[in-house]
Amino acid sequence: MRNKLRTAIVVAVACLVVAACTGGNSGSGSGGAGQGQPAGGAPAAGPASYPRNETLYTSGNQWGPPNNWNPIMDWQYATGTEGLVYENLFLYDPMKGVYKPWLASKGGWTSKNVYELTLRDGLTWSDGQPLTSADVVFTFELGKFASVPYHNLWDWLKKAEATDERTVKFTFSQPLYQEWGNHLYNRAIVPKHIWEGRSEKDVATGANEKPVGSGPYLYQTHSQDRMVWVKNDKWWGKTVLGLDPKPRYIVDIVNSNNNAALGLVLQGGIDLSNNFLPGIATLVKGGYQVQTYFPDAPYMLSANTAWLVLNTKKKPMDDPAFRKALAYSIDVNKIVTGVYGQIVQAASPTGLLPAWDKFVDKSAVSQLGFKYDPAKARELLAQAGYKDTNGDKYVEGPGGAKIELNLIVPNGWTDWMESIRVVGESAKAVGIKVNTEFPEFQALVDARNKGDFDMLINNDKQLSNSPWEYYDYMFRLPVQDTQSTANFGRYENKQAWNLVQQLDKTPTDDIAGMRKITSQLQRIQLTELPVIPLWYNGAWAQANTSVWTGWPSAKQGDSHLMPVTWRNYWEMGSVLMLTELQPAKQ
Amino acid sequence: MRQYFQRKLGIYVLTFFVAVTVDWMIPRFMPGDPVQTMLARASLRPEASQAMQAYYTGVFGLDVPIWRQYLNFWGALLRGDLGVSIWLFPQPVTSVILRAIPYTIALLVPAILLSWWAGNKFGAYAARRRWLDNTVLPVGYVLTATPYMWLGILLAWALATVAGVFPIAGGYSFDVEPSWSVAFLADLAWHWFLPFASLFLVGFGGWAIGMRNLIIYELEADYSHYLESLGAPRRLVRHYAYRNALLPQLTGLALQLGVLVAGALVTEIVFSYPGLGYLILQAINNQDFFLIQGAFLFIILGVLLANFLVDIVYVIVDPRTRVGMRGAA
Repeated sequence: MRNKLRTAIVVAVACLVVAACTGGNSGSGSGGAGQGQPAGGAPAAGPASYPRNETLYTSGNQWGPPNNWNPIMDWQYATGTEGLVYENLFLYDPMKGVYKPWLASKGGWTSKNVYELTLRDGLTWSDGQPLTSADVVFTFELGKFASVPYHNLWDWLKKAEATDERTVKFTFSQPLYQEWGNHLYNRAIVPKHIWEGRSEKDVATGANEKPVGSGPYLYQTHSQDRMVWVKNDKWWGKTVLGLDPKPRYIVDIVNSNNNAALGLVLQGGIDLSNNFLPGIATLVKGGYQVQTYFPDAPYMLSANTAWLVLNTKKKPMDDPAFRKALAYSIDVNKIVTGVYGQIVQAASPTGLLPAWDKFVDKSAVSQLGFKYDPAKARELLAQAGYKDTNGDKYVEGPGGAKIELNLIVPNGWTDWMESIRVVGESAKAVGIKVNTEFPEFQALVDARNKGDFDMLINNDKQLSNSPWEYYDYMFRLPVQDTQSTANFGRYENKQAWNLVQQLDKTPTDDIAGMRKITSQLQRIQLTELPVIPLWYNGAWAQANTSVWTGWPSAKQGDSHLMPVTWRNYWEMGSVLMLTELQPAKQ
Repeated sequence: MRQYFQRKLGIYVLTFFVAVTVDWMIPRFMPGDPVQTMLARASLRPEASQAMQAYYTGVFGLDVPIWRQYLNFWGALLRGDLGVSIWLFPQPVTSVILRAIPYTIALLVPAILLSWWAGNKFGAYAARRRWLDNTVLPVGYVLTATPYMWLGILLAWALATVAGVFPIAGGYSFDVEPSWSVAFLADLAWHWFLPFASLFLVGFGGWAIGMRNLIIYELEADYSHYLESLGAPRRLVRHYAYRNALLPQLTGLALQLGVLVAGALVTEIVFSYPGLGYLILQAINNQDFFLIQGAFLFIILGVLLANFLVDIVYVIVDPRTRVGMRGAA
């Protein structure tokens, strides 16, 4: 017995000692302090560890383990699959509103229905094969499979043909210029010689492990909590464009929780975090080596508009006067400062992102726009016949019907949960009874798509090449049983929808023509308010400068790119950011 | 003997069937449509959205009546096919789980066995020793009453955030790649220690308290007094008391297994440890029917298997069961 006990104690102590030692050893080896000791200078084949000063740590896009590298599934491929491995014909710079030639050297409409595209010379896949016009045609033709997300392109594209090695001619039956502009920088070109034999199932739903692309990075490894890319030394852009991305490794860390992410950013364990980190504004000024795009409010660029979606099929939200009164009642500034600490901006009454400012009709806004004004809200309610008839301090409908509305956002989306409390209080202050509820995300999606809700917040539509996206989102017709991507409020206005379609058929370089239509749309939108724009969500980006410097910022001399690693944002210029980075001086 | 195991086995098969059925049903009672949730993240054109919805519903076999889905599920299960994860599409559930399971086992098995063994030894040693008893008892009670995640958070805060001795989260450092090198294994152990410690400590407290109480009870039993009056040394008496007290603790272990697994899952979430717990949480959040089913299936299997092992051990350590079996046979 005593012997056994003694052994037990010895074993226990030994365990502790071993644990403590291993702790100490690894602690010095991987402290993330930026010492960057290469563990034996191993080649790219299989390094034991990544030298800190050659590795870029990012986070913010992956909400789960990397699970596929298929650029066709552009809502869940691993961060960087498109952008780092598969590339696009153009990049789109939303800040300047220009297309930057990338795989394509130029492209343009040779007639009303024909778009001609010229590829650069010297493009190669990472396996050494040349990238030619056949690959481009092949990629677009994959859309003929019904299960490929861009299948509907073929409703208005007649044919794509390679006229020579570097030229592709697209012939349209009905050119939708705005949408085509989107395809030009959103379609990731895949290698024909590898994808050719694949079945529809493999193309649309295959994991595409070990992806072969044309981009500046190659697959290194992945695990449940990370995705690792390694630099492609034979990337065509090095010689053709003279560009050189600086990090040898990019390690994208799967989001766990805000605290862990914040800690890693402050300690320099993550170089670029695209997570929403509440309270980051105070830390930017707190002497940590953390920077955001703007040094002061709003700190972040804007990525999308948060809309208050009203179910216009229900009373009283079917009444434009009621919607307008509600819009006047909401104290958005309280959300901007109180909930977000000024890292977002209040939206313009048009809801168009700052990048689309040139499409805003200032006179329409000053004439019809709304702002926070509770007195005006009460006045509008009274005018439209909404009165408190039963003395409960809340208004009833013109017919005396009780009004009690539910405003929902997904449970756990804490900033939104706080925000709708503000909306609810604001509305109550003018006499509209609005309750707040937080169903689970799935339940909310279900209710939203079926039109089984009163009000909710939504920000699905992201920054893109055209405000057409936003008007399509507002006015899309016909309203179907399930509305899964646009017009959740089921608002029906034929005239507006015609204008939206007309806008789609306006060439992207015809700014005056586009403005003429958008200004008409704005008049409809501001009078009818089918959705109420509240604030612009930020393109959350907090960069730590202890290992890498040269981050994009508003400062003169810095690059004005979008420092965002989210899906579909790499092709909006983040890939160029990698070439601008510089190792920090030790 | 055979009859005893046959009966046990029958019960296990029945339990398995019922548990797996419940496991299949629960995710399907959750509100919402998983395919819709999955595609909600894709910014699709409305025309494309309808087609994709139909396509993916077919891919996951959710387009047939519910009874058919249930039969298909058993059919696939018997072929060893757990389906394709919705959240981690298109990874097969089996491979997702197999990647996570070593982490969970590496946490659970040592934590359960070591805490049980050490707790029992320590409890037995502390019983009836005034000084130890007075300190161990309250500490044990506090430990065993602590929820796993609370202790986990405390440990993470004290040893990782403040002291910086251990990492806050993760399975291994972000700058290393898995290999059989000493450096990697050390890194793995370094990340393993805190989640292990929080599981170990809670279990340890519980077993120590239980053992301490049982020993006192056994020392008051007639056989102990008889031995003592015969002049047997104190150590011998305690030795017999310990052997007798072990049996209820063994039953306790069998009963506790489910709770321990649940505790491990929560601990993994606290430490973002890449095991089953984190997967299950995310699978539920993303309404991934197949991954929830698969993960729980593994847990059900694990718990049943462990219970079966305890049954066997029981036969070995408790002579009364053997006598009972012989009598029945």
